[in-house]
Amino acid sequence: MAENLVNALADLKEQEAIEIVKKRLNANEDPLKILGDARKGMEIVGNRFASSEYFIPDLVYSGEILKTVTELVKPKLTTTGENKKLGKIVFGTVAGDIHDIGKDIVVFMLDVNGFEVYDLGIDVPVQKFVDKIKETGAPIVGLSGFLTLAFDSMKQTVDAIKTAGLRDKVKVMIGGGQITEDVKTYTGADAYGKDAMAGVTLAKKWAGVG
Amino acid sequence: MEKQWEEMSSDEKQEALFARWMSPKDPQGNDLKFQSPQAEKAYKERITRTKDAIQMMKLPDRVPVFLMPSFFPVYNAGFTPQEAMYDYEKCCTAFKKLVADFAPDVQPGAVMPGPGKAYEILDYKLYSWPGHGVSPEQSYQANEGEYMKADEYDALIDDPSNFFSSTYLPRVFGALEGFQMLPYLPGILEAYGVAFNFIPFGLPPVQATYKALFEAGAEALIWAGAIGGCNMEMKAAGFPDLWAGYSKAPFDVIGDTLRGTRGVMLDMYRQPDKLIKAMERLTPIMIKMGVGVAKMNGQPIVFMPLHKGADGFMSDEQFKKFYWPTFREVMMGLIAEGVVPNPAAEGKWTTRLEIMKDLPKGKVLWMLDQSDIAQAKQTIGKVGCMFGNVPSALLALGTPQDVKDYVKKCIDVAGKGGGYIVCNGAFFDHAKAENVKAMVDFAKEYGVYK
Repeated sequence: MAENLVNALADLKEQEAIEIVKKRLNANEDPLKILGDARKGMEIVGNRFASSEYFIPDLVYSGEILKTVTELVKPKLTTTGENKKLGKIVFGTVAGDIHDIGKDIVVFMLDVNGFEVYDLGIDVPVQKFVDKIKETGAPIVGLSGFLTLAFDSMKQTVDAIKTAGLRDKVKVMIGGGQITEDVKTYTGADAYGKDAMAGVTLAKKWAGVG
Repeated sequence: MEKQWEEMSSDEKQEALFARWMSPKDPQGNDLKFQSPQAEKAYKERITRTKDAIQMMKLPDRVPVFLMPSFFPVYNAGFTPQEAMYDYEKCCTAFKKLVADFAPDVQPGAVMPGPGKAYEILDYKLYSWPGHGVSPEQSYQANEGEYMKADEYDALIDDPSNFFSSTYLPRVFGALEGFQMLPYLPGILEAYGVAFNFIPFGLPPVQATYKALFEAGAEALIWAGAIGGCNMEMKAAGFPDLWAGYSKAPFDVIGDTLRGTRGVMLDMYRQPDKLIKAMERLTPIMIKMGVGVAKMNGQPIVFMPLHKGADGFMSDEQFKKFYWPTFREVMMGLIAEGVVPNPAAEGKWTTRLEIMKDLPKGKVLWMLDQSDIAQAKQTIGKVGCMFGNVPSALLALGTPQDVKDYVKKCIDVAGKGGGYIVCNGAFFDHAKAENVKAMVDFAKEYGVYK
């Protein structure tokens, strides 16, 4: 049964996943265990994405199935299960840029790979990044941007982190449609990722688990 | 006697459209008066060069060079995007400065910034533009959403035009909400259908919508006068603009502006048959749209911005099933009418190249961003002309020498035997002027075919 939910989610079988969850809830199973299985299924989705077996639509669809599963399970939850997390990451699309598709994919992949991601959303003011780093003590920061204007916003964000005295406490990665090594150098970031998996690899390396 | 359009082959139609592009008319329909004989000569040489590159029958005198920016001309002239969208003269000044500064063979014309005031009157929600959701110093950006709901495919398939007017438009334009109350026009068949079907036009929300339309239309006319005049002036100075208008791949029609990325991706799993049926329904409409603008404006090239079929946005199998068939059909429909589709493959499309090479020779003009240029030359480049590949980041942050090195590589790899045009790969806002200049000048110098 447990394996079935893992597989149903991993194989993107929406109806099957929902039916299994309903059955298990009716059998009074521990909701946290059900969610744990769902998470395992999502990890497989992440792995398949990493190996180019799955693509963005598969991620989006799996996220949708997970949402439905979570909604079914939620009313039965009495405690929230603490997942073991590899580390905290503050993430967002930089000021002036409202693109979210790329950011959402990286956040998703970091999440299923065990990171605790604070997603600040899009068009994130410089100060908001600084405040969130201070608040969470996250050692990793991810800056996303699609437009050429994001080059400057990224630079300003890195500069503000520096001014706040936090630069040596965090590693900064950048990414987005037009980002290259030159942009990394220009912004003063530590590294850039050309796709979501590169972001995960960087984060794992920085967290000392890769 | 000249052949009628209907009697022409698709090749003849393409030639006829190129001939009209080569001999532009003024708004009164007379031959455009060029600034000088030199300007006229330069204009015709630029189009001939471009035409030779596209048709792939004859080597051009040199590799052409296009400059296809987004808001770069506006920044380059010292204006903000907000100024360009609200003060059309400034927009015109910016684009005239672009051709004066860089003298590319072809550029996009001054249409891209658009009339901010008209968007305001219409309460346009699909975009945030300078002063409305983004700062005055920034370019406009799209707000994706599910402007068409998951359960509305049947309505779209049943009657696309009616779906657009009564459902889609009121959702993306706050001021057009009254359209939801419009009658079903085929109901006006007989005298007794008249009175009832005209009732909605008396209702205040519908009248308010028409009032907004009149105002937005008036503004659009002012804009068109200014921008049309500007494009005409650039032509008269010897600088052609590229596009007659635009069309789209049906998957992007649904994925960009109707269902949104998330919506269309879920539909690929939850209702694939309806998604495909809707794309098939939109195909003849997209053909009609492209052919219409090409014939109206007397230019062969029609822009097709591609988005949701890029590498990673779906698997190759999904691309073959969902994206490619109707995209190809739209292109084939345009080609049959002499139109040159200009699909702009923004981002990376390297894994799609093998699939997309299945097109007739000398009929398509690709814009490439980050797709592998060597692989592109061996696939789509064997049958179609390509422009682009010079990266935005390089133009913004590199040195003129970096740019020259890159352009040299592009020409060496893709220029052989014709069928390549030097250009930036993505529609960029920010760049160093000296880098843009280096791209254009070096292409002219190094790109000469001996």
